Order: sequence, then C-alpha cells, then structure tokens
Amino acid sequence: MDRIWVLAEQHDGVPVGIVLELLTAARGFGDVVEVVTWGPSSASAVTALGQYGAAKVYDVGDIGESLPGPKLAAAMAAQISGGNGPDAILIGATHDGRDIAARLSVRLDLPVLTNVVGFDASEGGLTTEHTIFGGSMMLRAVFTGGAPGIFVIRAKAFTAQPAQATEPQSPEVVAIDVPETGASDAARVVARHGEERSGPKLDEAAVVVSGGRGLGSPDNYALIIELARLLNGAPGASRAIVDAGWVPYAFQVGQTGKTVKPMVYIACGISGATQHMVGMKAAKNIIAINKDQEAPIFTIADLGIVGDATKVIPRLIEALRARR
Amino acid sequence: MNVAVCVKQVPDTADPPALDPHDHTLVREGRLIMDDSDSYGVEMGLQLVEAGGGGEVALVSMAPNGETTGLRSALAIGAARAILVSDPVLAGSDALGTAKVLAAAIRRLGPDLVLAGTESTDGYTGTTPVQVAELLGWPSVSFAKHVEISDGLLRVQRQTEAGYDEVTCPLPAVVTVTAGVVEPRYPSFKGIMAAKSKPVEQVTVAELGLDPSEVGSAGARQQVISVEAVDARKAGEIVVDQGDAHERVISFLEQLKIL
Repeated sequence: MDRIWVLAEQHDGVPVGIVLELLTAARGFGDVVEVVTWGPSSASAVTALGQYGAAKVYDVGDIGESLPGPKLAAAMAAQISGGNGPDAILIGATHDGRDIAARLSVRLDLPVLTNVVGFDASEGGLTTEHTIFGGSMMLRAVFTGGAPGIFVIRAKAFTAQPAQATEPQSPEVVAIDVPETGASDAARVVARHGEERSGPKLDEAAVVVSGGRGLGSPDNYALIIELARLLNGAPGASRAIVDAGWVPYAFQVGQTGKTVKPMVYIACGISGATQHMVGMKAAKNIIAINKDQEAPIFTIADLGIVGDATKVIPRLIEALRARR
Repeated sequence: MNVAVCVKQVPDTADPPALDPHDHTLVREGRLIMDDSDSYGVEMGLQLVEAGGGGEVALVSMAPNGETTGLRSALAIGAARAILVSDPVLAGSDALGTAKVLAAAIRRLGPDLVLAGTESTDGYTGTTPVQVAELLGWPSVSFAKHVEISDGLLRVQRQTEAGYDEVTCPLPAVVTVTAGVVEPRYPSFKGIMAAKSKPVEQVTVAELGLDPSEVGSAGARQQVISVEAVDARKAGEIVVDQGDAHERVISFLEQLKIL
C-alpha cells in the first residue's frame, strides 16, 4: 500500500484515542501515512499526529456549527476525484467517524467495510479482519472495489505506539476546501454539553467496575462508583441501565458504547448480553458478580461470584476501606 | 407529518446467527422478527405523528424473500402501512446496496422525516441510515437520544462521546435513534388483528428503477476469504457467595497486583 489516510478526529487539539491507534496500524502497512482533520483547534493537533507518523495533515479547518459528516465527506471526495486520493482510508468507529464514512461511501459509490479489527498486507493486497456475531467469529476479506477502500475500525483493535522517528516529525499542513454541500449540511449544533466525570477515563483505566440491572435500583449505582474509586478505576455501565436513565451514555460499555481493555473488569449485576460482551471481552481479567448462575457473563469470567451484587459489593468496599 | 421508519427483519435472537458456508452471507431463513433496535424508531415516529396532529407512520424494509412477520409487529402498534422491497437479487446486499434500495423506496413515499435505529443487531455496520441521507441529499442527525419537532424544525439531543449536543435540523431529514429514546408500546389485541389487513406493498428492485448490479452480492465489493470461530474465553472459577465471597475477590485482585 502506497498511501493511507487516517481520519483524525480531535477535540481541543488532542486527537481522540483511536486516531493514534489507527496511525500506528497504518504505519504497519502503508508507505506514506497522511491524515485528514478538522475543527477550530486542528492546528494544535499537528505535533501529536506527527509523533504517531502522519507525514501530511489535510486540514478542513473550522466547520462552525455543522455536523462533520457532510463537510468532511465532501472535502475528502473532492480531493479523491481531483486525483489526490489514497489507497485506503481508515476511520475510527466513533459517531462522527461513522457519519463521515457513510457519506463518503455514497459520494465515491464505494462500500464501507466495518467492524475491522486487523489488517494484513503480507500477500500483496490488503486483507482485513472483521469481528462478527458479537466477536464470536472472525471474518477475513479482501476489498475488490478499486481504490480507495473505506474501512471503519473498532476501538482498541490496535495499541497506539509513537513512531520511532530519528528526528522530530513536523508534518506538512495543507488546507483543503469544502465544496458546496447543499441541504445535506443543514443540521446545526446549537449547544454542546459535556458530562463531566472524575477519576481515570473509562477507556484508559486499569480497572473498570461496571453495573447493570442486577443492582436493582439507580441508587445502588453509588456502590459501583465507590468500588471504582477505591480501586483507582473507572465506573462503567451496561446499556440496560443507560437506556433506563440511571447513568449517562458516557458510562456505557459495549458495542454501542465504549470498548475497554483494562487489566481487570468487574461486572456487577450484568448478565452479559452479546452487545455488552463485545465491549469488554478483551479485558485481561474478568470478575463477574451476579445472582443468576446461568448468566452468560460467567462463561467468560475468570472469577465468577454467584451472589447478590448489592450484598457482595458493600462487604468488598468495607474490606478495601479497612486496608487503607 | 409523515414519517418513514426503516425496519430490518432479522433472525430471531433466540436462534444463533449463522453464515451460508458457500457465499458467506447471513442466513436469513427461518423465522424473522423485527429488529429490537427498530422498535424505538417506530415508537418515536408514532409519537411525533401524534404530536404533529396528523399524518402517518409508514415502514420501509427489504428482504430477499417476501417475509412480513417482522413488519406486522410494527403495524400492530400503530404504523399505517409498509413498503417491502422483496427480490431474490437482494441476497448478499451490503450496507451501501441496502441504502440504495431503502432510499428509492423512501422516494416513493416522500416522507417529511426518516427514522432508523443506530445499527442493526445482526450486521451492526451502523452506516446505512446516513448513506440513505446522502443518497437523498438530506441532512441527518445520528445517535439521537431525544427528538422533538417545533415549527417544522427538528430539535435533537445527539449523544457524543463526551456528553450530548443540541442539534437543530430542517425537514426532510434522517434521524437515527438510540435504544431508550422512548419506551416502545405493546400491541393491543385489536392492534394485532388490525395489522393483518394493513397494506404491505411488495415491490421489486426493477420496479424501484434500480439496476440489479448495484445491489445484492453483485453490488457488494468484498470477497470473503475465510470465516473462523474466535478462541472463546473459558469460564474460570465459580464461587457461590455465602457471605465471604468478597474475600476471594480481594485475593484475586492481590494476585493481579491491583492491591
């Protein structure tokens, strides 16, 4: 592969985690790795992107109140149809990444290959690995549609490593234009709300303590927060209790939430829907606490406690406090 | 206010999913049910139509065979009718091929709003609805956790990785809704009986004016090389709590040097 583009989503000048993972993967099979970025603080991200191997930064700049999908897809499609296209485009499976991939796919009339967790370029072409059926099966495929292939990659499929540069990398920055996007770009972001959380980040913490329906009531989620705090970990949640409004979406672990890969994952009152297990089965160690001995979570747990999480966790908290 | 809801009929989740050993497409024989993640779009559509004081919810779906079981359950809770694009050439369609079919069917309906789930529970590519929007030249708001319409303008709370954004969007538009955006109603007996006589228009790919080479496995430009089971994690030690299980958790965390 000669040339790879990585979509570089960044917030306040900090590339999101998966961008660094994708740059690391791209260096493994691409001769030249370039990125496409956007946003008012995109210039501040250039150094970090260079450290992970970006040779060139295509910058769409500030897109104002637009959602990224229409403008980024239009800008990338214009470069590609103008002859400045890569062989492959790697896009992280974030909300904005999926929107951009979908719209770019239509503009180029090329499919998007999703749920990618691996690349293999050892035999000439590019073979991709995709997890299907909640990660129970691995599908290997080649893209036959002509360049560029558009790939949407799952978080934590690759481990981010800075490039071993002998000299400081300072990527060339090239501003690129956004063609007229018409009605497709009519949505406007009128306000942004952050859901602040303290302690280590959910997708970076060495210990994740998650709660589910088995906690019985929203009030009992306080047990999860306290146990996570005592273990210097991050609290997480199953989709069921996010949907029920017990905790914000930012806590959700699973296919539609965060993918986590901690040293220890402690699942409390979570039965283990496929949707949830996709997001946490790569944890190095799994402890499950659940009343139902038949719960699927016990089939992947290294240590399974058959018991009421609302009784076991308070004793655990008490014992941990006593050790301090 | 007319709303089209994209509905996917998927294999019953009680049956383990399988791939055809020859062409590696999802096996879609046997009983198909409405994808659970689409029930939220149907309910959202019904609520928006009720709040708008008129109009109807129409379903848009596709299937290689004429399967309608999954559509009837959405008709039973209040959708007025359905378009089912049913054609053997659709077998093996990828997300883009699916989007082309759905977009063509939506053009026939001419709705003010298209709702869809964020991703299906069987294929979970999560790109089809926004591909539909781009094909129609419409704006889209994905990952909506709250939707309302006032003065012809959509007001959406869109989930982000950090929290949520408030987004406004003119109609027509495509919105994907998360599970939990609304609580889907249950069908009444009357609703189930009424659903049997509601119109389900079956159309072919040719009737939509699409070229069969753009859809189905002919349009999917991916060659599957192999499909293998992933080494499953093994179940480990099981301890039945008798008031002291927390001690085993502590010793486990000590072994891992977490404590």
